Amino acid sequence: MIQAGVIGVGQTNYDSKRRDVSMAGLVREAIDQAMLAANIEWDAIDAVVLGKAPDMFEGVVMPELYLADAIGAVGKPVLRVHTAGSVGGSTAVIAASHVSSGQFKTVLTVTFEKQSESNATWALSPRYPYSPHINAGAGGYFAPFIREYIRRYSPPEHIGWKVAAKDRQNALKNPLAHLQIPGIDEKMVSETPMLWEPLRYLESCPSSDGACAMVITSEDMVGDRNVAWIRGMAVRSEGTLSAGRDEVNPQAGIDCAKDIYQQAGIQDPRTEIDCAEIYVPFSWYEPMWLENLGFCELGEGWKLTDEGVTTLDGSLPVNMSGGVLSSNPIGASGMIRFGEAALQVMGLAEDHQVEDAKMAMGHAYGGAAQFFAMWIVSSSKD
Amino acid sequence: MKRVAIVGYAQHKILSKAGALNEVELIMPVVHKVFNDLGISQNDIGFTCSGSCDYLQGAAFAFVEGLSAIQTNPPIKESHVEMDAAWALYESMLKIKMGDADTALIYGFGKSSPGNLDSIISLQMDPYYIAPLWPDRVSLAALQAQLLLQQNKITQDEMMGAVIQSRENAASNSNALLTDLLSEQIYNADSLVSSPLRSLDCPPISDGASAMVIASEEKAYEFTDNPIWIEGIDHSIESSNLGSRDLTTSPTIQNAIKNLKLENINFDVAELHTQFSHEVPFLREILNLKNVPTNLSGGPLVGNVMMCAGLDAIGKTFEALVKDQLSNGLAHATSGPCLQHNMVVHLERQK
Repeated sequence: MIQAGVIGVGQTNYDSKRRDVSMAGLVREAIDQAMLAANIEWDAIDAVVLGKAPDMFEGVVMPELYLADAIGAVGKPVLRVHTAGSVGGSTAVIAASHVSSGQFKTVLTVTFEKQSESNATWALSPRYPYSPHINAGAGGYFAPFIREYIRRYSPPEHIGWKVAAKDRQNALKNPLAHLQIPGIDEKMVSETPMLWEPLRYLESCPSSDGACAMVITSEDMVGDRNVAWIRGMAVRSEGTLSAGRDEVNPQAGIDCAKDIYQQAGIQDPRTEIDCAEIYVPFSWYEPMWLENLGFCELGEGWKLTDEGVTTLDGSLPVNMSGGVLSSNPIGASGMIRFGEAALQVMGLAEDHQVEDAKMAMGHAYGGAAQFFAMWIVSSSKD
Repeated sequence: MKRVAIVGYAQHKILSKAGALNEVELIMPVVHKVFNDLGISQNDIGFTCSGSCDYLQGAAFAFVEGLSAIQTNPPIKESHVEMDAAWALYESMLKIKMGDADTALIYGFGKSSPGNLDSIISLQMDPYYIAPLWPDRVSLAALQAQLLLQQNKITQDEMMGAVIQSRENAASNSNALLTDLLSEQIYNADSLVSSPLRSLDCPPISDGASAMVIASEEKAYEFTDNPIWIEGIDHSIESSNLGSRDLTTSPTIQNAIKNLKLENINFDVAELHTQFSHEVPFLREILNLKNVPTNLSGGPLVGNVMMCAGLDAIGKTFEALVKDQLSNGLAHATSGPCLQHNMVVHLERQK
């Protein structure tokens, strides 16, 4: 397999309403940043991979058609990925597959969501013929899984508040982050209204507009560029209603993590991975995914959070950029995790840089906690 | 680079109105058929990829429902394109070439009957300047047909011929939706929908699903002594701005011909994703298929399952090569208004 690496990451600033740009302008903003960072010209781009969550978020059907010009795809192959919330991650994996297959040398990939064009909770509450309608949105859907996690392991109530405060404190060091809440702390989170037991208002992700792009190239094209080598990447899916499915600790997530660790030669992720960008749209998902990803034993994830292990200066920093809790352009949210992991090992994360980060994880999940995409990037090729 | 072969394909009978038969119930029979034909199960599949469009189902995340049609316990390597399943095939091929899988299941599905396809396809256009005018798919296709006629690239007789021929060819396709034979009189008496297109020049509203299995070189020989190789596959997109495109030619298809070195290949058969009659003579000319039997299945004019008809063109070409022991087949898939995004596939039977 041909080794691929990220040579450029570009992001827009994230906000609840980016009224200053069209959808085309939004994606182009991220692409221009990524191309600049990669120091690459358009004629070097062999293919474009576009990802986003449901078309109903903006009301544009199959938007690679409308965006062909803005994403620089005219005359080139373009693929449009849609795998629910995991899409930003799976789009990165598919873009890298374009290179690893030997079919292409250099690929541009971009993901976006312009949530202000529509109403996400409406679009997240599909009404299928012949099925009961669940008008839940994402928070209402995931809260029961979180309640089950709490029932199993009896963690203290403040764990969720702690994650929410920590990620927003990190966001204050990331000028692109949507939520910038000066003075954010556990107490402020705990005093916000309850939305979906046990999730309070500030324990939920925002609705954001934004885009994230990356340039991925093959080892022979890297030259002397700063590169985040892709050491392992994988996707896994499981059915929404499979018999025996554990929604709290999904097997697809366990398998996906094992796959990337094996590819990257990682025996003990807790000590060998320097930092991780994990898809945490609701506070309690930090401890839940720490367990699912094998960073600790089942029931121990909340202790890592409680002990401060996941803070920016902890021994396993998680969501240094502020995470999904601080910026959530859904279709791009996964790619932001993958891109931020790359920035860390390239040493380009500025104020939220983890010192000496050499091995980082990007993680995304979607659907009813059933779709997973992950990668491991490193400053060294092997 | 690793070679990839198509080893199995199954298509649901195309329906005008599947009614209460939902997408899962359309997908399951074709997945089971292609698995049974090969004597395998989902456990033998390394990668699964599907193509569909949420808007056809009128619900975000509609593809998630589709996943209920296959076995996902234990979890599978899986992905989805919001495109025709021909592009799911493309993604799966990359996964095999990179060595991440040695077999792949591809499926596509679409029910156009419950919604308003004209309105849905309108939403493919620029959302700020064009979509608010609600240009429907037939009117957009008619723009291209009108230009082709004006510049004498095609004739109205050729359009009529394509419609009549598609019905004749459908006689040998048990999955075709429209099989009534047509005469010149019937065609000429048909009313215009959007000049120059009559309703008979347009594809029928269709419901259905298809599935395909592809395999790496080593694996393909476990299924057959005569694999059908994906000898070449190429796709690219054109501008979204209709005004900046020359609609009387197709630079993307011409690029594919060049990239795949198709100029000197004598094709035995071709299946084109031609949804409107004028596209048949137009693409046959560009692809140099004047003497090549084209759309022997009848093509999209006798059954056009959205998000699946491109995969079906590839599947029908595969079937023709297998059944008649032919050497070279050409398939085409398309997406977007006026043939904006085109894929060309060269299939070759093991010599």
